[in-house]
Amino acid sequence: MSASAIFVLDLKGKVLICRNYKGDVDMAEIDHFMSLLMQHEEEGLICPVMAHGNVHFMWIKHSNLYLVATTNKNSNASLVYSFLYKLVEVFTEYFKELEEESIQDNFVVVYELLDELMDFGFPQTTDSKILQEYITQEGAKLEVAKTKVPTTVTNAVSWRSEGIKYKKNEVFIDVIESINVLVRLPCGLIDHCVLFIQVNANGSVMSSDIVGSIKLKTMLSGMPELRLGLNDRVLFALTGRDKGKTVVMEDVKFHQCVRLSRFESDRTISFIPPDGESELMSYRINTHVKPLIWIESVIEKFSHSRVEIMVKAKGQFKKQSVANNVEVRVPVPSDADSPKFKTSTGHAKYVPEKNLVVWTIKSFPGGKEFLMRAHFGLPSVENDEAEGKPPITVKFEIPYFTVSGIQVRYMKIIEKSGYQALPWVRYITQSGDYQLRTNV
Amino acid sequence: MTDSKYFTTTKKGEIFELKAELNSDKKEKKKEAVKKVIASMTVGKDVSALFPDVVNCMQTDNLELKKLVYLYLMNYAKSQPDMAIMAVNTFVKDCEDPNPLIRALAVRTMGCIRVDKITEYLCEPLRKCLKDEDPYVRKTAAVCVAKLHDINAQLVEDQGFLDTLKDLISDSNPMVVANAVAALSEIAESHPNSNLLDLNPQTINKLLTALNECTEWGQIFILDCLANYTPRDDRESQSICERVTPRLSHANSAVVLSAVKVLMKFMEMLPKDLDYYGTLLKKLAPPLVTLLSAEPELQYVALRNINLIVQRRPEILKHEMKVFFVKYNDPIYVKLEKLDIMIRLASQANIAQVLAELKEYATEVDVDFVRKAVRAIGRCAIKVEQSAERCVSTLLDLIQTKVNYVVQEAIVVIKDIFRKYPNKYESVIATLCENLDSLDEPEARAAMIWIVGEYAERIDNADELLESFLEGFHDESTQVQLQLLTAIVKLFLKKPTETQELVQQVLSLATQDSDNPDLRDRGYIYWRLLSTDPVAAKEVVLAEKPLISEETDLIEPTLLEELICHIGTLASVYHKPPSAFVEGSRGVQHKRLPGSAGSGESVESPDVASAPGVSEAPPAVIPSQGDLLGDLLNLDLTPPTTTGPPPPSSGMQMGAMDLLGGGLDSLLGGDLGGSPAMGGGFGAAPAAMPASFTAPVSGGLDDLFDLGGGVGMPMGAYSPPKTVWLPAMKAKGLEISGTFARRSGVVQMEMTLTNKAMSVMTDFAIQFNRNSFGLAPAGPLQVLTPLSPNQSIEVTLPLNTVGPVMKMEPLNNLQVAVKNNIDVFYFSCQYPISMLFAEDGKMERQVFLATWKDIPNENESQFQIKDCHLNSDAASNKLQGSNIFTIAKRTVEGQDMLYQSMKLSNGIWLLAELRVQAGNPNYTVSLKCRAPEVSQCVFQSYEAVLKN
Repeated sequence: MSASAIFVLDLKGKVLICRNYKGDVDMAEIDHFMSLLMQHEEEGLICPVMAHGNVHFMWIKHSNLYLVATTNKNSNASLVYSFLYKLVEVFTEYFKELEEESIQDNFVVVYELLDELMDFGFPQTTDSKILQEYITQEGAKLEVAKTKVPTTVTNAVSWRSEGIKYKKNEVFIDVIESINVLVRLPCGLIDHCVLFIQVNANGSVMSSDIVGSIKLKTMLSGMPELRLGLNDRVLFALTGRDKGKTVVMEDVKFHQCVRLSRFESDRTISFIPPDGESELMSYRINTHVKPLIWIESVIEKFSHSRVEIMVKAKGQFKKQSVANNVEVRVPVPSDADSPKFKTSTGHAKYVPEKNLVVWTIKSFPGGKEFLMRAHFGLPSVENDEAEGKPPITVKFEIPYFTVSGIQVRYMKIIEKSGYQALPWVRYITQSGDYQLRTNV
Repeated sequence: MTDSKYFTTTKKGEIFELKAELNSDKKEKKKEAVKKVIASMTVGKDVSALFPDVVNCMQTDNLELKKLVYLYLMNYAKSQPDMAIMAVNTFVKDCEDPNPLIRALAVRTMGCIRVDKITEYLCEPLRKCLKDEDPYVRKTAAVCVAKLHDINAQLVEDQGFLDTLKDLISDSNPMVVANAVAALSEIAESHPNSNLLDLNPQTINKLLTALNECTEWGQIFILDCLANYTPRDDRESQSICERVTPRLSHANSAVVLSAVKVLMKFMEMLPKDLDYYGTLLKKLAPPLVTLLSAEPELQYVALRNINLIVQRRPEILKHEMKVFFVKYNDPIYVKLEKLDIMIRLASQANIAQVLAELKEYATEVDVDFVRKAVRAIGRCAIKVEQSAERCVSTLLDLIQTKVNYVVQEAIVVIKDIFRKYPNKYESVIATLCENLDSLDEPEARAAMIWIVGEYAERIDNADELLESFLEGFHDESTQVQLQLLTAIVKLFLKKPTETQELVQQVLSLATQDSDNPDLRDRGYIYWRLLSTDPVAAKEVVLAEKPLISEETDLIEPTLLEELICHIGTLASVYHKPPSAFVEGSRGVQHKRLPGSAGSGESVESPDVASAPGVSEAPPAVIPSQGDLLGDLLNLDLTPPTTTGPPPPSSGMQMGAMDLLGGGLDSLLGGDLGGSPAMGGGFGAAPAAMPASFTAPVSGGLDDLFDLGGGVGMPMGAYSPPKTVWLPAMKAKGLEISGTFARRSGVVQMEMTLTNKAMSVMTDFAIQFNRNSFGLAPAGPLQVLTPLSPNQSIEVTLPLNTVGPVMKMEPLNNLQVAVKNNIDVFYFSCQYPISMLFAEDGKMERQVFLATWKDIPNENESQFQIKDCHLNSDAASNKLQGSNIFTIAKRTVEGQDMLYQSMKLSNGIWLLAELRVQAGNPNYTVSLKCRAPEVSQCVFQSYEAVLKN
């Protein structure tokens, strides 16, 4: 059904640790993994599934490790990849960082976790908070009496333990929206006699969407019942209310604590939250978003001599708002040298290992426009290696504001002990996959 | 302090030292030692010598130490089976430990020790754990049943664990239910006929309830299990769909895909006019789109599946083109898949956007991606007529870039555009011709040659162009050679006066100097065609070509249906049925979609024809190069939409052939009359031929079907020798041995009954269990006289094939019950499937050809028959005796290929190709059948018949 065995390999393909779950695939098959991968890489056809005879490898890479699952059956591939990513998540929560050293330093716990996370190829309990209740790194200190199965493991509520206590009951709600845009900028390669440049700003937005995420930090005692109210248009239509702005969510994904069938029937988001931090839900909104930071660029390349770059950034959001930590990353040819910059604000830096100019603006008020000019030398002998056309990318963060206009209308918290709890809400909009294709 | 210190000791006396430490009295020291052992094990050192010492540490109340010892056991028990028994006691004890963690740990580890000897000791503890009060232990025990079944299936059945497992489906705890479902599915998958998961509405209801409460993984187990269920009617189907749709909002992509699988399958049963059907379609799109924001590997799985979904139900994603636009930082495997889906979704409404994107991609740097993008532009032109002009001009722009591989790809696709829109874009030919020299890939060269040949009359220097290719004829790939041959013949037919020499040159190159049978055959055919009846030649070679289809690489509909049932799995990623890559799954039933809405009737119809769900005629597919009996109509680059029979070959009988027929004269004009060169050229052909044909010279097509009179009289069907089916020991003294035979069209069971008991036996009767081909006794068992002790009697029981059908494993298994005055006895035997080959199993040649092409290649299987010392005629003779009919024989370089057909009693046709190489005792059989599960049995019959 899923994996026969799981391997953790280093970058050379050496097995650091492995676990044989089903015994139907020879463990020595893993020796073919690395050569297969190299072969695929050479052909330029790298692929997450590879086969050697009747053995199939499904793999992911994380820092300096390969996580590989083997099988000789028609396994559920999506389950295997989800599980491999879950492994990364659990190991990361246990060891802070998942890398070669942390595996070696903690091999006993890794074995224990591998034993608990999957049985005969079936993933079992993978919630790291729950696992930490009975698999700890200080195994030596454990008394037998203390290690009981947390009832949570098999409870219907498998994500929250009983008997949690806080002096002050609070829940923090972060609404974070990431803007993904793909823009095609108008031809930016300009005749080099143009001095004052006024490029037509009608670059076209190819696609755009908003990916929102509602994160919780729960500090609540007992087993509280929570209900979250949003200005969801479907809900409002359902209940016949019609006041203020509503939002249409294209697709909503929930943490397993949310009662999906309830949401399906009356759009109520009701749940018993996991303790501490968690992502309650994510949603996607497929609207035409005006790019919050607009870029115009002119890149003039004089072969064998120099490249001149002019980038104009414009904040297309409310004047009262401010975008923080703005970074505009402009690609430059790999053989460029001797950079010179001039910026109207912020600070530009050349990052040769990534072939980028990074222009950083700490604080970028809405409605403002800034300019950056860069000058690079080019060698007289041209690099004839074909280079791709990487896009300009932008990173930013705008607090106290969501593009979609989504709002938390209420958060009801009910616990049988009847305590009062306070919800705190924060809104942030940030850049997601924010790419502007240039034509150079 | 970290664990890495355990890895550092690598001294010589290490094992000895560890041994001492393991036997230490101090707990801490013991544990440290075990950790060192495990560390050594992890780095691949063999520490199996320490087995007894480590196992001694097993009895401890320290959980961590226990876990380590268990881990060690799992690794080394197999290599030390005798010593593994030492561990049994502790397992039994641990299974009764007050701490559920330890009970579960014990039961979990037990199942991982794959040592046959100790399995039976584990039954009792397992039984207890299955009924444990703690759900954590029960859920672990449920999985253990699957583990044990994998080691010793019989034991698990005998102990009744399967029933206990089934009971756990009704457990109060959702985790237990999920694991029980997973275990049962796993067992059912390896034993397809076990009927373990007899899903009925009650169990389905339990599963749906548990679905709401169990972990994400449990939800996947349950959804995958649900996907195997076939609802009774559209109402049940709808109600399940309604309860599954909330899963589409789950954060785990795997849950979403498994839910999509259930919905895609059950949707088949909903009437299309139902409101709910439309609602469901709308609900599917957003979650599929969201999958594209998952991690790249999950995106890849999702895209491969979306590719299937788009082919099955294009309406779901038709408005979502933009989300498949490629991002700069997408990994290449994601980019290529997105591109594929973009082409499938391209329509008049979005073509402008798509083209703009594709043009952008075509200037990227990644070669594979660029090639595919260029090809995609061509596909768009063919698919969306309104865009053709824009596509062609885009392609011309791209050709101007002079980037070698871009030019070549562009030429390949432009050729298809010419086919699709004749007489519209030929003005670009001049531009194409400019790039002739830069073409170095066979496909591009062949495409260019095709264009030159096809439009020879418009290209002034066509003869020069083609001649330039001819110089290196033998260095070209077959594809180019064939194309060149055809193109020059076309040229000759269009401009006969100037190109005689050229055509003779290419014909002699193809027929006399080439070792390639396809090329030679085609050369001869053209040669004869030209020399006998040039008018016919013109009709054949310059025939109007059928239109090419709009879609590319569509998956064959039955396969597509099967893959839809496997959404999310490796099969859906590879786009191959599981039987193609999973060993031992050949006999497994292919999954298919349930029948369409409103039919209400049983959907178990084993009908091989396409399911009712696909009412539209299957669209023609542009297949890959190299179809079996390559097509002579120079359409091999873009084959016809229909597989018609080969053209009539009336004019090709050698005897009647007029080598310098008047027809040719009329074509070439009067001046040719006595041209010695011409006459010599054409006249030489037959002289050269006998050498390369084994059979008497006959038409080029005929040699494929030549039977050469090799087949003599049939020798009677093969019947295996009698074997003992029921030993006397098991049947209170009755011994039955027997065999099967087919005599004058009737299947017979021939048995010898022997009484080895002390008393007389009477009142014999026989019954068969339901079996794969409905074999049943055609009359009562005729044992007229009582059978006295030590007496034997021969009985022949005629059989028919109209009995009840049930698929058996293996397919040819037959379970028989024989009754006498003493008791009822059961045995099972296997009949050679050749008993079921009907006498009317000889297929028409042309039907054979068409059928062979029509059956998808996935259904083909190949077998080797070793050490068979017959020549091909004798083999064919022998096989015919068992109703395996040879339809055609063809000899290529000393290798005889026999094309054979047979028909099973239930109407299933089987096509075979038997390759016999003179002097090589190993035969190769390729079988093609719409029901590929019979192949294995048929192959066994081949082997049996040939070796008998």
